[in-house]
Parts: sequence; structure tokens; C-alpha cells
Amino acid sequence: MARIEIDGRFYDVQDNTNVLSTCLSLGMDLPYFCWHPAMGSVGACRQCAVIQYKDAEDTRGRLVMACMTPVMNDMRLSISSEQARRFRSDNIELLMTNHPHDCPVCEEGGECHLQDMTVMTGHTFRRYRGSKRTHNNQNLGPFINHEMNRCIACYRCVRFYNDYAGGHDLQVLGVHNNVYFGRFEDGTLENEFSGNLVEVCPTGVFTDKTFSAHYARKWDLQTAPSICVHCGLGCNTAPGERYGELRRIINRYHGAVNGYFLCDRGRFGYGFVNSSKRILKPRIDNQPIIAIETAESHFRKLLNAAKSTIGIGSPRASLEANFALRELVGEENFFLGLNDTEHTLLNTIIDLMRHGGIHSPSLREIEQADAVLILGEDVTHSAPRLALSIRQALRNASFAMAQTMHIPLWQDAAIRQLRGNVQSPLFIASICATRLDDVATNTYHGSPENVARLGFAIAHCLDDSTPAPFALSTSEQSLASSIASRLKQAKRPLVVSGTSCSCLAVIQAAYNIAKAIPSKDKQLTFTVPECNSVGLTIMGGKRLQQAFERIDNGLTDNVIILENDLYRRASHKAVDLFLETAAHVSVIDSLENKTTEKAQLLLPAATFAESEGTLVNNEGRAQRYFPVYPATEAARGSWQWLTSVMEDPHWQHHDALTSACATTLPGLATLIQSASVTEDAIAGSKIPRQPHRYSGRTAMHANIKVSEPGPAHDLETPFAFSMEGATTHAPPALLPVIWAPGWNSNQAINKFQEEISGHLRDGDTGIRLIEASGELPWFDDIPTAFEPEPGLWRITPLPNIFGSEELSQQSPSIRERQPLVCILLNPMDAETLAVGTGDPIEIREFAGATTLTIHAQIEHTLPRGLVGVTTGLPEFQSLQAWTQITLKKANPELQDLSEVPL
Amino acid sequence: MKMQNKNPRIEGLSPTEIQEINAEMSHYEDKTAVSIEALKIVQKHRGWVSDDCLVAVAGFLDMAPAQLEGIATFYNLIYRRPVGKTVIHYCNSVTCWMMGSEQIREHLCRRLNVALGEMSEDGEYTILPIVCLGACDHAPVAMVGDELKLDLTENAVNEFLGR
Ligand code: SF4
Ligand code: SF4
Ligand code: FES
Ligand code: FES
Repeated sequence: MARIEIDGRFYDVQDNTNVLSTCLSLGMDLPYFCWHPAMGSVGACRQCAVIQYKDAEDTRGRLVMACMTPVMNDMRLSISSEQARRFRSDNIELLMTNHPHDCPVCEEGGECHLQDMTVMTGHTFRRYRGSKRTHNNQNLGPFINHEMNRCIACYRCVRFYNDYAGGHDLQVLGVHNNVYFGRFEDGTLENEFSGNLVEVCPTGVFTDKTFSAHYARKWDLQTAPSICVHCGLGCNTAPGERYGELRRIINRYHGAVNGYFLCDRGRFGYGFVNSSKRILKPRIDNQPIIAIETAESHFRKLLNAAKSTIGIGSPRASLEANFALRELVGEENFFLGLNDTEHTLLNTIIDLMRHGGIHSPSLREIEQADAVLILGEDVTHSAPRLALSIRQALRNASFAMAQTMHIPLWQDAAIRQLRGNVQSPLFIASICATRLDDVATNTYHGSPENVARLGFAIAHCLDDSTPAPFALSTSEQSLASSIASRLKQAKRPLVVSGTSCSCLAVIQAAYNIAKAIPSKDKQLTFTVPECNSVGLTIMGGKRLQQAFERIDNGLTDNVIILENDLYRRASHKAVDLFLETAAHVSVIDSLENKTTEKAQLLLPAATFAESEGTLVNNEGRAQRYFPVYPATEAARGSWQWLTSVMEDPHWQHHDALTSACATTLPGLATLIQSASVTEDAIAGSKIPRQPHRYSGRTAMHANIKVSEPGPAHDLETPFAFSMEGATTHAPPALLPVIWAPGWNSNQAINKFQEEISGHLRDGDTGIRLIEASGELPWFDDIPTAFEPEPGLWRITPLPNIFGSEELSQQSPSIRERQPLVCILLNPMDAETLAVGTGDPIEIREFAGATTLTIHAQIEHTLPRGLVGVTTGLPEFQSLQAWTQITLKKANPELQDLSEVPL
Repeated sequence: MKMQNKNPRIEGLSPTEIQEINAEMSHYEDKTAVSIEALKIVQKHRGWVSDDCLVAVAGFLDMAPAQLEGIATFYNLIYRRPVGKTVIHYCNSVTCWMMGSEQIREHLCRRLNVALGEMSEDGEYTILPIVCLGACDHAPVAMVGDELKLDLTENAVNEFLGR
């Protein structure tokens, strides 16, 4: 701690940071550009100048850059002295000499850090009359616009893109007053976190291209706190709506989960909400019907007429929706809707999280790890934001070194230039090359069982009472022991595994390793495929296969399917049979898919943007999302459809479902803390979803009706679809829009944190449902090594950030980034088959009927005997993981295969 | 689908260039350390560094083209556009500026009928600015090819241009 004096007042503050960060933590307004709370200081923009005095007598002082000045006890500073103000205002005037002053046509306008800082410094009059340098802009792909003339050369973009996110294709080009931030040539930004440039750039150089297509000012967007639905990490988001359409997604700060950044799937995946595949009207026997009541009574009739009804839940539906279904059909008739593999893997993961005794970390905790082992995952593709956190964890070795040299940890450029570029160890054992290989200490590529065997060997090296795999090659053995010794030395080692390679042994090996690591502060985390995989599994229920059996045995005749495309989970034959055998199939979903095609009764579900619910992320954190705008047409929250046919009106409120979830299901008991969020918040007044400058309210529907319609009522959440009401009593975690006087950009978040980059005041959102306890015995079911069988290959799904996830797959911008539809082959296998990249190849299921002709692509790191396919692409739906296939070169002339992505 | 295999497009480099770059590389642990030298080698043989050459060098050094471009465009002695046989670097730093470098520049441009950065019609000359050449006591100065010209006047310029 230190006592410092700023403009004659005394403050007790932390002494491990810099003056800028301290002033902001104290709630003061001090302008800055190049400093970023997650990226530290480089002192490049000269905007944060303050006066520092030598001692109590000094009256002159000297200008220092606040972001480069460490806080020290007894220091005397002035923000408001005339010289400091003058300097800051002159500095911004200089930065602006080349700026085009085009705010009215700039998409950053209204949430622009440059506007905010300009106003803050009082630079209100433009004196520069010279010509301005201009640049050509580049086409940077489907996500990001480029308008280089607006650049003030703060270098934040390249520091984020290269240093923080590990990208290479965005650089600073040129020199002195003619610098250009762009690519070598036009082309898509390759990094999976490029969307953050929109928020990182303090000006309008990088803006959201998907938003441009239907742009609205920040102050005209209606917003509510939300959770990303596109993977299992549960990043917090702020989606914005105008005219009944979802317009964009930006980051919503969470102190423990996503911090300041999202991945591109999470930011640009929202397009599915507006997609033409949306189901907006109920359908009975494929005939659209208008009245909700007709659909409801038909639904009720089916339920009453049924001999028995079973419900199939979903890992992408909220806890409340799944619980409502479970209540409706009864516990014994509730099926989780996961296939056997998913079911087993997820149950094992939950069991390990609960009873394995090893802490399941948040992303923030992951960034503290000082050695990382990834077993069987390409995290950039399976849990993208986690990859960004792992990159930061690797810096801990250089932080430790900096500390011994007395370099403060926020001195970003200094630390990045430490000799030898020291880095904490990262080991990746995966099926083939991953997007973190560029920072890996060592990588290993093998089939899932070989990855698991390496894992068991590592565990055995750490603790010889654990079972060891036999017949390991000497290179595998020595790799295992070197990994083990690094993990042993680490203070906060982290083991990462997950469901991607559909292999139980991999998960078990990860547990053995984590358990065998001596450190008390070790962490074990698993990636899961969907936004509520963990919640659904905690809830508990039967497997999909058991539902199939129930129908087969004639024990049931009515099926309700909740937000689940069964064709993604089981063989087409099995699902066809199931849906045909059932006398009645009701499906509740938001997008058309193969399962909805088969529904006799189809009920339109609201998406995350139009309904509320609780999702549990991979860490075990239950988080709420709230409707951003009322659902259009006949769409409603799935939970509403399900409770509409229940007798007891008590169920007709969302909070009632949440608390019933908590009281009925022991694994969800702590959820009770979030059940009364609505009541508590409403005790004051409702929180407006629309900013106080929301415009056009009285006119926006005038083309339909000239009188202004009343706002839709929201009885389920603390929010109002209105601009009326106060936000002052709302905890920051419930603020729809992050805004403070003078701070219109998302960087206003500074005003709502306990300290800069800390937790939100009054707490981050969410409740951790699981805390590690107990201990489980060693797993000892070690698979034998994989031996390719001549003439046979095995399907190995590989997740892709763009394309594997069901909902974002329907987003137009994501689609443009989808990988080619092709199969990956080891070069030697390709040689045997006499195929090269781009050649068509015929796939035939060894023990089944599926055949498919597709292009081949050579992948040097893929083991022999495996065939890599992108997880979740419709083309590969019929080929589950581990399916054995035969391959044959197809006649190129007979095939009409397009090279273009879907 | 997965990481693209880096395919070093070294076809663009001549065997001599590759040999010279390799020789430089032997002095360093890290390939990227020879970025500037490699660009200079290519430029020595070809007069300038074309896009194709830049991509080839980047491939050879296992760098993204944008990374190497960042370096190439930072240094004003690496030419990313064709230049004349002789490049005239006139100093535009403070002392020379005070002593009339602007007039010298104008005179040069007029005499050769080119704008800054352009190549004269006969392919002989290109004029570019450069920072302080460390000969302030003889300002204004310029480098003409490898030769330092001191105490420049319009007459002196005419003389060395021979026109
Ligand atoms: S493009 Fe934006 S982030 Fe990058 S240097 Fe310019 S102003 Fe800064
Ligand atoms: S990492 Fe996952 S939860 Fe986070 S933004 Fe990306 S898809 Fe969404
Ligand atoms: S924020 Fe301090 S110099 Fe840029
Ligand atoms: S300023 Fe021209 S040589 Fe120094």
C-alpha cells in the first residue's frame, strides 16, 4: 500500500501498479489511448500526462506519463494543473492533425474513445489547416471494416493482435508520421480473436462489418446482459437490438470469465437469430398456424391423449427449459438428449469436477497457471476464449523473471523484450496440429488412445503408484517424463482436457495426471461442447439411446423434443426409426433442422436474445441471460411453451422454475441464490434496456400505426423494454449498457470495477455450483496403442471455431469462414490411395450404408489410419466419431464437387 | 482446415541469394534476426524488393509476409518500388533543413524532372529523403549512390548530375 497525494487530496492505494491505472481505479477521469487494462503500458501516445512533484515544497513539478510512472509512497501528483491540462489538450490536437473528423459517418461515433478523450481534454477547436495523409483501406474479410484514415497510431491493435492473441497477419507498416496498420495485402484477418479489434481500437479504424450491414448508434440499441451460447465457456455478452432485429454483440466484462475479450464465433455468431431458417410460426403437420392458442391447445391435446409422453432435453437449452420439460413429462420420462458417448464423457467430467478434489478454474485463474498440459484438445477450436487465456498464462515465467529484475509487471514492452523470451511451458498432446502449437514447448500427435496412453505415462512419472501403459515407445516415454518433471516443478500447473476427441480414456488420463501432480494449487479444466452441457448433465437423466428403446418397446407414443437436432447425435437410421415409430412428435426449436422437418407439432422457440434462462459453463458457473427484446411473431421461450400446458399457474414464472430447479435437484441447490434476482432488482424500479438517449421511440412504428405503442411488459426479469427507469440502484453486473458520463465507449467499464481489471463492484455474475472435494481412485483402464488396420480408416472429428457449432453455423459471416468440406489424410495414407489435395475420394462406412464422395486434403501432422473431418458439418453428420471406413480414390470426371465452403 | 502448412515460396530466390542468406543465418540463433540482411541481399541483386521477393524471403525465414513487410517498410534503405541506378538520398533533418535542403530537393527534382520517390525517365535516378547523415557541419548534404556529397549548392548538384 502507498499513500499518495493527487491535487491536494490523499489516497491510500495499491503500490504495485501505475499512476494511470490508480487514478482510474479511484474513479478519476484521465485520458489515455495506448494503455489498455489487459495489455499494460507502453507510453506511446503521450496522452495520460500528469504533473509529478519532487516533494512537498516543489511547486513546479514535471510532466510524467501516468501510465509509465509507478505508484510510490508519498508521491505528489496533479491531474488538474494547468500545464498538465494544456499538454493533454495539445497532444490530442497533434494526434488529430491527420484524423478526418468524420464522426457523423463513422460507426464508432457515439461509443468512441477518441471522441470521449477529445472532449475530456477540452480540445474543441481545430487549428491545423494543412493537408492530411490518407490511406487505402483493405478488405479484411467478413468480420472487420478498415478505415485507416481515422488512425491515431496508438499501436493498440497490433499489440492486441500480435502480442496478446498471437496473430501475425496484422502489422504496423511504414514509419514516422506515415504508419499503416493492416495486412500485407487484402485478405481475411486470420486470428480467431480479430473481432476484439473493434473494441480495442479507440477510433473507428476497425469496426464490426456485420453490424455495418444494419447499423444503429449505440444509444439507439436496446440491450440486456447476456451469455454467449456458442460454446461451453459462458462468456458474457451485450447483444444490441433495433427494429426487432439483433444487430450486434459486444463484450460484457466479467472479472472471472471473459474479461475484456470474446472470440469471433461469440461475437459474429449472432446472425442465426435473424436467419431465414428461424421458425416464427407454430406448425401443425407442416401447416403454419397463426394463433398461439391453437398451437397450445393442440400441444395439450397430444399430451392428454398420449399413452405416455417422453421428453428429450438439450445441452443448448437453459436449465429452466430442461427442467420444465422434466416436470411436464416426469423424471422417469426425461431423457437428456445426449448420445452414449456424449453422455458418458459428460457424466465422467461432472463426476470428476464434483468428487475428484481438483479445483476447476475460471479463465482468470487459468491465466495464473505457470505450466500447462493440454490433452486431446485444439482449444482454439473447441473452447476458443480459453486459448486466449492459455496464451496469457504462458507469460508467467517472464513475469517471474521481471520480478527478480524489479520490472513492474505492467511495463509491457520491457517485459516482452526480456532476454531469451522466456515462457512458461505448454505441452500439447493432440490428434494433429493445433492453433496453439506456435507457443508450445513440445507437441505430440496421435490417435485418441495414444494421447491417453501418453497421459497415463505422464501420471505414472509423477506418481509411480499410478498404473503405467505398457509398450510405450522410448520417445513417448522420454516425452512423458520431461512433461512430468515440468509439471512437478510448477506451482500452479493446469491440465486441460475435454470431450473433443470423444475418448473417455483421455479424460481419465487427464484426471490421473492432475491427481498425481504434487502442487496444492493445481487446476483441472475440461472443455464441453455446448453452452449448457454441464447444466444438463448435473440435472441428470437418461440417455438418448434409452428413449429409442422405449419407443421400440411400445412403452411410449408421444415425444417432445426440446431444442435438439437428434440427427447431430445419432445415426440417421436410428433417428428416422425413432421419429417414425412415435405416434406424435412435438418439437420446440428456433431454427429449421432435420428434426424439425419431422415434427408433427412445431413450436417456435425464442433464442437467447428473446428469452431468459440459466446456463452452466464448463467451470460449473451458473449464469443468467435475459431477453434483449420481446420475441417476434409467435416465438416464445421454450420454458413458456412447456409451462403453458401445465395445470399449476405457479410455473408460469421463470423465477419459480429457477427456484424449483434448485430445490428439486441437489446438484443445483446453490442456484437458489439467483432465483430472486428479479424481485430484488425490482424493489427499486425496473432497469431500462434502452439508453436515455434512445431515439425515435414515438416514430419508429409510425409506418404501422401513428399512435405510439405501449412498451412490451416484462414480468420475468428486472428489466423493462423501455428507456424509463433508473440504473443507479442496479449492480454493475446487471447493467444492460456500460456507460458513464463522459465515457461512451465500452471502456466506461473502468467506472464499474472494484479496481482496474478487477471484479465488478457488487460481484461478477453467476454462481459456482461445484467446488472440488473428495478424491477418486486412479483410473486404470489404459487403452492399447492404436494400430492402423490396412485398408481401414477411422473417422476423427476435429472441431472448428467456424462451422462446428450448430447455431453460429447459420450466421452468414461465420459461414464465410467455414473450412472447406474435405477430409484430412496423412500424406503416406494419401500416397497409398494415390490421392493428393483436392482429389475426390469415396468414403464408405465399413459396417453401414453411408457412402460419401468428398475432396481430400493432406495434413502432415495427422496420424496414419485416421481421417479428419470437421465436427458438426451437416455433410459429416452420418459419420460419428470412431466410425470405421474404407477409402477409394474417386473418378474426378464423374464427380461434380465444388471447392467452395458451404 | 487446420493450420496451413507453411510452404516457403523460395522459388522466387536465386541460388546465390539463398546461399548468401544462409551464410548470414549461421551467425544467429533465430532466423528472423537476418530479416534486414536478407532484404539487403535481395536488393543488392535486383535493385529493389518486389512483393514476390518479399513473400519468398518471408517464407524462407518462417515469418508471415506482413511481419517482414513491417520491417521492410520501416527502413528507408530498403526499396519496395523500383528505383533508378543511382539513388540520391538528400538529408531532410534539422540542420540541413535550416541550411536549405528544401531548395536542393526542388532543384534536384526539377533538374531530373521527377517527384520524390519516382524514377527518372532514363532510369538513372531516384530521389528520396533520409535522416541526418551525421555531416551536419557540411549541411546541406546528400548521398549519391554510395558517395557523400557535402556543402551542396545548385551548382554542385548540376556538376555531379553532369546535366
Ligand atoms: S488502428 Fe486503431 S488501435 Fe491501431 S494504432 Fe490506429 S487508432 Fe490505434
Ligand atoms: S469462447 Fe465460447 S463462450 Fe466465449 S465468446 Fe467464444 S464461443 Fe462464446
Ligand atoms: S496512455 Fe500513457 S502514454 Fe499512452
Ligand atoms: S541534418 Fe543533415 S546531416 Fe545532419
